[in-house]
Amino acid sequence: MRLVNARPSKGSALALATLPFLVVGTLYVMASMDRLAVNPDDKLLPSLGQMGAAFHTLAVVPDRRSGTLILWADTTASLVRLFSGVGIAATVALTLGIALGFIPRVKATLGAFVAVVSVVPPLAVLPVLFIALGLGETAKIALIALGVGPVMIRDVAQRVAEIPAELVVKAQTLGGNTWTMILRLVLPQVMPRLIVAVRLALGPAWLFLIAAEAIASTEGLGYRIFLVRRYLSMDVILPYVVWITVLAVGTDWLLARLSAAAFPWAHPREAP
Amino acid sequence: MSRLVVKDLAKSYGETRVLERVSVTAAPGEFLSLVGASGCGKSTFLKIVLGQETATAGTLTVDGRPVPPEPTTDRGIVYQRYSVFPHLTVRDNLVLVADLKHGGPLARVFGPKRRTARDEADALLERVGLRHAADLYPASLSGGMQQRLAIAQTLLGRPKILLLDEPFGALDPGIRVEMHALLLEIWAEHRMTVLMVTHDIGEAFKLGTRVLVFDKVRRDPQFPGAYGATITYDLPLDRKTRPAAPTDAGVIPGPVLQRSA
Ligand SMILES: Nc1ncnc2c1ncn2[C@@H]1O[C@H](COP(=O)(O)OP(=O)(O)O)[C@@H](O)[C@H]1O
Ligand SMILES: [Mg+2]
Repeated sequence: MRLVNARPSKGSALALATLPFLVVGTLYVMASMDRLAVNPDDKLLPSLGQMGAAFHTLAVVPDRRSGTLILWADTTASLVRLFSGVGIAATVALTLGIALGFIPRVKATLGAFVAVVSVVPPLAVLPVLFIALGLGETAKIALIALGVGPVMIRDVAQRVAEIPAELVVKAQTLGGNTWTMILRLVLPQVMPRLIVAVRLALGPAWLFLIAAEAIASTEGLGYRIFLVRRYLSMDVILPYVVWITVLAVGTDWLLARLSAAAFPWAHPREAP
Repeated sequence: MSRLVVKDLAKSYGETRVLERVSVTAAPGEFLSLVGASGCGKSTFLKIVLGQETATAGTLTVDGRPVPPEPTTDRGIVYQRYSVFPHLTVRDNLVLVADLKHGGPLARVFGPKRRTARDEADALLERVGLRHAADLYPASLSGGMQQRLAIAQTLLGRPKILLLDEPFGALDPGIRVEMHALLLEIWAEHRMTVLMVTHDIGEAFKLGTRVLVFDKVRRDPQFPGAYGATITYDLPLDRKTRPAAPTDAGVIPGPVLQRSA
């Protein structure tokens, strides 16, 4: 059978999917055991036990100086920044994207401007943000919003422009005006796409978050990683990376479920 | 039911002339079938009547008033595709008409008005054989069911002129016959003026009270876009000038089949 036609069964697909995780995990454990056998104080590849202990301490033992549970304080701080930034970007993307995609005069006025702004590298603007907005939360949230917003605006505008002209004309023949068509035709049609845009934006958003936290912060997942880097604390860094991955995967999964539940018409194959 | 008068209408896209010297008068309640080779400008003509496109030259009036250059509730449209809203259930596609017309800035009617709109929607769905599908989304309907929904929705808008652009072009022959019956029944009842583009000559003669043929009278082999199409034949079918004539059993069948297509 040709490779393109050989489809794995459900069970073997699951086994195949687990395989790369197992391989990487096993390789890591073997390499770690090798190094620790030579030098028990080696910090580069800590054992699973060492990482578990470090993670456990951060999660349940209050910090001696601040009295907080560091993992949860870091997680809360990071997620608030992340969701504020992405939330602001999504709100702006929805309003501006709909205006750009639906109203020719807005497109004529702002289309080229948004296209230019969206190619400005956000990290290059970071110093400007820190100078203008200070080192507090505002600058970090602004970086995330600026980093992912323009692409989302263009994505929403694109989707609006893809709505078949037939539907827009039909809505007008049924008595729709610009505003009511935005409410009843455009908004529902772009919402699933906005969720896709948010899911795609979360990758870069984490990047901007960790960059901002690494540079100026007193708590946060990115801050912690870069703080303990000075002590080569791989037993903290690696679990934190896994934890960030878990948060990212969980968010993505939740958004996918949300879209399927709220907009079943946009997910015909997943519907019961 | 309105009189549509088109005078010396022309349409060009850049250098390409699509229509020229198109003149036609549709009396109130007439059913005009528009036929012609593919790409000769029938859809363009319909779009101009609808207000989706503007004519390059000529005049267009409905009941003596110039047609506004954008779609209004005067003129309803059913396309071959993309005629219903995919994000609304079958019933909500119909309730939407009340929402858009009477829902104000929220585009939604509430309370007793909503109940009335739902009841009206369900009655119409019953009529077009879609009552059982009221809670489904259009994507899960067959082509024939989608077009019935599209026709029902357009009908709820109570247009004076009904425009149809190859509405049954994508349907199986058996379903098409059902749709003809439905359309004729509706037309007989509401007596609106109908313009229907079709590539099926049989359908054109079966349904129309008049058949208009679009074609180019002049051709330039060096530059096909030099001349546009116009109405080359205008064939009144006298036997059908009165819609819903009870004697005309061959044309107006009994109650519409309630079969799901
Ligand atoms: N927006 C447009 N821009 C340029 N040319 C167009 C446009 N719309 C239609 N045409 C051209 O006009 C001609 C008539 O198209 P159409 O009205 O769709 O034909 P029909 O419906 O009779 O098949 C075609 O040659 C088509 O390529
Ligand atoms: Mg056409």
